Amino acid sequence: MTSPADGTVQWQRLHPLTPVVRAGRIVSVLVVALVVSSGSGHSHSSNSAQVYYLVAVVVVTLLGGIHWLVTKWALDGATLRIETGLLRRDARQLPVARIQAVDVVRPFLARLVGLAELRIRLAGSSSANGRLAYLSDQVATDLRARLLAGHHGIDPDTPVPAEQLVTKVPTGRLIGSVFLSGGVVFLPLVIGVILLVRVSPAAAVVGGSAFLTYAIGFVQDVWRRISSQYGFTVADAPDGIRISRGLLGTVAETIPARRVQAVRLVEPLFWRLFRWCRLEVDVAGAAGREAGGGRTATSTKALLPVGSPDVAQRLIATVIGDVYPTLSPPPSRARYKAPLSFHFLEAGHSDTLVMSVTGRVRRTTVWVPLVKTQSIRRIQGPWQRRLGLATVHLDAAGKRVRAEFRDRSVDEADRLMDELATLSRVARKADEDTRIVPSSLTNWAKPTQSDGTGGGEETPAGWFADPAGRHDVRYWDGSRWAVHVRDQGVAGIDPS
Amino acid sequence: MVVPSTEPDWLSPSARLWKMRCLEAGVVGALVTLIAGVSVAQIGAPEGFIAAAGALVATGLALRFLRRRFRSWSYQEREEDLVVRRGVAFRRLSVVPYGRMQFVDVTAGPVERLFKLSTIKLHTAAAATDARIPGLERDEAARLRDQLASLGEAKAAGL
Repeated sequence: MTSPADGTVQWQRLHPLTPVVRAGRIVSVLVVALVVSSGSGHSHSSNSAQVYYLVAVVVVTLLGGIHWLVTKWALDGATLRIETGLLRRDARQLPVARIQAVDVVRPFLARLVGLAELRIRLAGSSSANGRLAYLSDQVATDLRARLLAGHHGIDPDTPVPAEQLVTKVPTGRLIGSVFLSGGVVFLPLVIGVILLVRVSPAAAVVGGSAFLTYAIGFVQDVWRRISSQYGFTVADAPDGIRISRGLLGTVAETIPARRVQAVRLVEPLFWRLFRWCRLEVDVAGAAGREAGGGRTATSTKALLPVGSPDVAQRLIATVIGDVYPTLSPPPSRARYKAPLSFHFLEAGHSDTLVMSVTGRVRRTTVWVPLVKTQSIRRIQGPWQRRLGLATVHLDAAGKRVRAEFRDRSVDEADRLMDELATLSRVARKADEDTRIVPSSLTNWAKPTQSDGTGGGEETPAGWFADPAGRHDVRYWDGSRWAVHVRDQGVAGIDPS
Repeated sequence: MVVPSTEPDWLSPSARLWKMRCLEAGVVGALVTLIAGVSVAQIGAPEGFIAAAGALVATGLALRFLRRRFRSWSYQEREEDLVVRRGVAFRRLSVVPYGRMQFVDVTAGPVERLFKLSTIKLHTAAAATDARIPGLERDEAARLRDQLASLGEAKAAGL
């Protein structure tokens, strides 16, 4: 790695408005409290409360200012460096080559003043991730493009490769879907309360207060879902699936296909009337809700909050491929064990993929790539034993992320245990082999310049004859070979 | 379960685990019997005896269940994965590839320490993985832990 001497690194600060935005949330709460307390009375106690609030506001802003003063970042060739902390210095070096994804998050306040937060996720543990809050929109977008270009080993000034729009969720459909999943319970309740008031006002007081609590929760939930998924746009980009969403604050995130542990297609009962479905993926190492008790973070992300099966099919194909295994139902005696969902139960596997369908009310189809298998379990309850049935679970990373061969015959379950273990071992092995390959990029000899000066010094970045001999030219970024190749001027990617 | 020639043996927890379960069930059963007997005896002596007898029978049934559960535990170290079998009413069989192990826990509670036993637990990135083997003698637990750790390192695979 060529890194200039420390003195020449161009350190940059975050945007000067950062402390204001960071403190903004707390300050706005405090200001509300201040206004309320000053409006409510003139007693001595409320005066001292006002003082406390003011002190708190000043302290929060001051702390934010100090944080801004001691935080610096620099993009130094192959690493992004972030330094922060006054008492406990935290100097992070994020190798660009290990970047998984770069997300742009704009909370409401930041968005108002044209700022954005950059979240950099690395392969491996989630604790090594980087966060730059806040940069101006322009700087954030530029830095993101540079990081991604650097990651792919191409010239940092190359613009972000074009993404192909897959779908945009219409607002009407989003609102409809949110109400259909929550409102189905809510509407009868409203009617019930109205009837109750008619019949007996006394009982309505008790019922009404309980209803109000529920209603507040319901409204909050509806608001949260709509505001976070408003304008949901899915696009297909070379580095994964790109999602942007949000009403007040916006999020632009990338889901790297490699990190996907499982794909779930959920079709709730009432959504099926409109042929709607929801597509979720479980992503390892992604920033978000943690699962798995402090181990490798896995988060569930909506790939499509509501959409038609066709669009879902397309997205599934991009994430895990479009070759579906053939499904088979459980033996007919399984109807005694699962009388309601029996008709929906289906499962099957190919050499690389397990697919299963479960659930009557919320029909759920799960795809788990065999290469992601964490463990395989066979469970047989007393009732299943009497019927000669057993269930086989294929677990992937995360909480309750699994495909289920539910209520299969015992013989089939035993066979599956062996088959799935073998297949997942083979898949894992094949995957490791492909992962090892990129190291050949570093093993290849350095390019020699045509004028013969490429001796002891580093050869500057540029296009050179492909050392593998498969393509016309391959990009050399100054320290290593990139995956980017060109054949007669046409760009392509070849990891080896 | 095919290819019997290369199939490694199924191992079971130490017989001391059964003694430990007996002690646990015995102590709890004796306490329950005593409390039930004394408290119901306030109503009348015969009722007290009936209650105590009932508690004793319940303890016996619990022991029978524990015996079956104790015998259901077994594990097998295959070439690529660890297999754990357990359960009486709900029979479970877990296969955990060595490469997927994130860490191995060896724990020993106060009662287990009394019997020189420990419990070994395998963690993978999946929360549902429940490969746990109780009642291993200390040497066996240490051997298994080291074995699993080295195999896990050798075969580790990324997510």
